Amino acid sequence: MEGLQTVGSALLTLGLVAVAVVLSLYERLDLEREIGVAVVRSFVQLAAIGYVINFIFGLENLGAVALLLGGMVLFAAWTSARRAGDVPRAFAVAAVAVGVAAVATLGLLLALRVVPATARYLIPLGGMVIGNSMNAASLTLTRIRDDLAEQRPKVEAALALGATSRQAVAPILRVSLQSALIPLIDATKTTGIIFLPGAMVGMIIAGADPLEAVRLQIVVLYMLLGSVSIAAILVGTLSYRSFFTPRHQLRKGVSG
Amino acid sequence: MASLKIEVRGLGYGVCGTEILNGVDARVPDGEITAVVGPSGAGKSTLLRAINRLIEPSSGEVYLEGVPTGSLDPLELRRRVGMVFQIPALFGTSVEEAVLYGARLSGGDADPGRLLEVVGLDPSLAGRDPQTLSVGQQQRVSIARALALEPEALLLDEPTSALDEAARRKIEELVRDLNDRLGLTMVFVSHDLSQVERVADRLVLLADGKSVGEWERGDFFSEAGERARRFIAGRL
Repeated sequence: MEGLQTVGSALLTLGLVAVAVVLSLYERLDLEREIGVAVVRSFVQLAAIGYVINFIFGLENLGAVALLLGGMVLFAAWTSARRAGDVPRAFAVAAVAVGVAAVATLGLLLALRVVPATARYLIPLGGMVIGNSMNAASLTLTRIRDDLAEQRPKVEAALALGATSRQAVAPILRVSLQSALIPLIDATKTTGIIFLPGAMVGMIIAGADPLEAVRLQIVVLYMLLGSVSIAAILVGTLSYRSFFTPRHQLRKGVSG
Repeated sequence: MASLKIEVRGLGYGVCGTEILNGVDARVPDGEITAVVGPSGAGKSTLLRAINRLIEPSSGEVYLEGVPTGSLDPLELRRRVGMVFQIPALFGTSVEEAVLYGARLSGGDADPGRLLEVVGLDPSLAGRDPQTLSVGQQQRVSIARALALEPEALLLDEPTSALDEAARRKIEELVRDLNDRLGLTMVFVSHDLSQVERVADRLVLLADGKSVGEWERGDFFSEAGERARRFIAGRL
């Protein structure tokens, strides 16, 4: 493989970051600090995960792979819960949703022998599943919370007519699931035409046969559709209860 | 006084340390219209929501025909005690769907044409998109929707506050008419004393989350009620 052989050559791309910083300063976007934090964090995190993955590859132990993926699920749940702010039990809801999505999709890929049970496949695929499920979980959680506050009169009207919490929240749940799934569905529809997905780009640059790259990318896309759907639906069905009492009343914190 | 349909005893409710209801007593006789009156922030709407258990009181109890509502299934309670809000909040793409929403939730059915007639609307509106109706018409549809469950009592939370004067008068007439024809027990929240005089048989006065007193309409609007009227007039 040519190029990108040293850390030094990767650091040259910092020049491109400088463009963003100059733009921020020039247009007074006040984003220089954020950009700096993002650059440093991404460098440190990627370098660290690189060494971790390298170490785990060396172990050739599936237990270590599971441990790493478990850690990623917890970090994803924490990130999602922080985004969702005041949603009660957000961490537990996101952890279950992302965890089940990861186990179900990776488990299916392994059971059907679509991918081999090796760290080389499980860690990158798991990372993608967990990352995308986390985004879906955050979107669903925040959307339900915001819509419940905004549409409180409708929810109350439904409850007053004898609707259960589930029946009263159903229209909100539907919209929040749509908002979580549509970006990925659109990306899947336009893939190959408007953009080439990261995994495929990476494989082609790394010298893989483009058709081999496509085969893996198709697996990835379908896997993501499945896992994101699982995560969004689980977040929806688990989280709406947090906003109601068992006696089908909106909780006090849900302000309108 | 007729037998009591609803009785509220020592009701308390707080949010984030603020007491919204603080020992409210109120009596709602069967077949009568009881108005709940008071300045804004007095806890009128909160009292209504505690009656059908849309909120859980922190102390005290509400009785429906002598039975504590805390012991009833809340969904069953809300079907027995209907509610009409300030904003109609109709569901569905047609007036018919909007009217039948609650009835269908419990697997029941109702005659939307007859219900529209009961609330003074033309049954031919059944196929219309509810959003194309005037707010006054929408409020009538929301009353029809509550009636579709054949409730024993109806809670009305300032149902005319979003309406103009003409529409307001029509809803007032409808409320009186429903009470006369169906003998429906109603609790009517209002901050307008002249409206209370036109609509209610009796009234409960709230201020700062406490009940101040209860009067028959005749007593309240006679000389005897002069002091209470001045008390409210100064705060409404």
